[in-house]
Amino acid sequence: MPLRLLKYAWKSPEEELRFFPQEKPLEKEYDVVIIGGGGHGMACAYYLAKEHGITNVAVLEQGYIGGGNTGRNTTIVRSNYLTSEGVKFYDESLKLFDDLSEDFDLNIFYSTRGHYTMAHTDSAMRTMRWRAEVNKHHGIDSEVVDVETIQKDIPYMDVECNGQHPVMGALYHAPGSVARHDAVAWGYARGAQMRGVEIHQKTQVTDIKTASGKVVGVETNRGFIKAKKVISMVAGSSPRITNMLDIKTPIEVFPLQSCVTEPVKPFMNTIVVSGSLHVYVSQSSRGELVMGASVDPAELHSTRSTLDFVEGLTDQMMDLFPFTSRLKIMRQWAGMSDITPDFAPIMGKTQIDGFYLDSGWGTWGFKATPISGKTMAYTVATDTTHELIKPFSLDRFERFNLVGEKGAASVGH
Amino acid sequence: MKFIDCPPIGRRALSEFVYGGLVKHEPDHENVSESVWAEHVFYRHSHPQIQKEWWYHRPTGMWFFFERDTLTDVIHHVSVATKGYANEA
Repeated sequence: MPLRLLKYAWKSPEEELRFFPQEKPLEKEYDVVIIGGGGHGMACAYYLAKEHGITNVAVLEQGYIGGGNTGRNTTIVRSNYLTSEGVKFYDESLKLFDDLSEDFDLNIFYSTRGHYTMAHTDSAMRTMRWRAEVNKHHGIDSEVVDVETIQKDIPYMDVECNGQHPVMGALYHAPGSVARHDAVAWGYARGAQMRGVEIHQKTQVTDIKTASGKVVGVETNRGFIKAKKVISMVAGSSPRITNMLDIKTPIEVFPLQSCVTEPVKPFMNTIVVSGSLHVYVSQSSRGELVMGASVDPAELHSTRSTLDFVEGLTDQMMDLFPFTSRLKIMRQWAGMSDITPDFAPIMGKTQIDGFYLDSGWGTWGFKATPISGKTMAYTVATDTTHELIKPFSLDRFERFNLVGEKGAASVGH
Repeated sequence: MKFIDCPPIGRRALSEFVYGGLVKHEPDHENVSESVWAEHVFYRHSHPQIQKEWWYHRPTGMWFFFERDTLTDVIHHVSVATKGYANEA
């Protein structure tokens, strides 16, 4: 028995240290203000403090830590993207994920499962081959596998898909993983707090003030806070923040819905994605099947759930896994996805001095949590855009220099 | 299921409609600078607002305009697109 547990038995629960220490009072000024206390915001605060020694930082969160898209995704981590820019970026993230539990001294339940992306058509097979070649070029473990291999590894899947759209092959990505998303945000938050960063929950930014083209501070529901550097890391709320500064972006917000089944005995080792059927599924450590689909059909800034989604998803799911017809759906929820036209993020500096943007995370944000925090921290601390995120600048669209990543989005949108 | 009152065709299920995006005026292809074109194609303010959108009704093949609130998903006004793209956008 760990000594800590034994000691705990003799003390009253009040004496035990809380995971997060008591919130400090809100100051009037900080060196850096981070808007958004999700995974990205916490990771950025963590790396600012740990790697750049910048600790006079406040993370302002309108709700609670990790209560937005960080707690609403389906926790899949992978790097088998389509463009060189994307592959390099996400692979660095994967490497950071590997060490997080030790870094935090907190188990993030990082579990390497292997990731299959099924192809049901010739054109999907072509994209898989393309992705595999780009991946291999960058040293990523990624290959196209045939139906026999898939059937051997996933015997409970109907590769014929009930005769409707048989699986022709798949892209297999061995490093594909799942992690406990809340723990990632909590680990970064605690790490940042231990180094002096302040986290203020229920603190909503209502406006960003500038003077002669430079950021001077943020207006909040708890008063004005002076800051020369403000970073927006709010994903689905990005258009609301950029609107405060009259910055136009190509971001449009669509709800992305997910659901889980009742828990069953562990049987599914791998993560299964089917782009053509618009579904992805993995089994959580509790035994639930965590399932998601493509975004809702129209723009909407809301986290409401619909029955249409569950009907559509389960219909497709039963083609792949007929036995799931016996399972009950336990919960469903939605997050707001800030989708970009090229399915790559928008990161880095903006036309306003001191305002940094980490947005356009659409349906691919969770896996980028560590690397986006790290590269944004570097960009803010040194005021030089990090090499890895140069291709993701906001002005790439006016230069028609897009990073076409749609073919590697988890499902067709 | 959500239903919409559409003047000429009556009360219809939203699932019969396909979202066609925001209604915007397209600049003249022939005489437009690259920056104006980029502005038109990519950049916009997409915060929650009431906006005019194209919606296609599959069973009848008709195009409609919905004035929809992107925060609440309430459709405030419905009209039929009859004058053609060039005149209506």
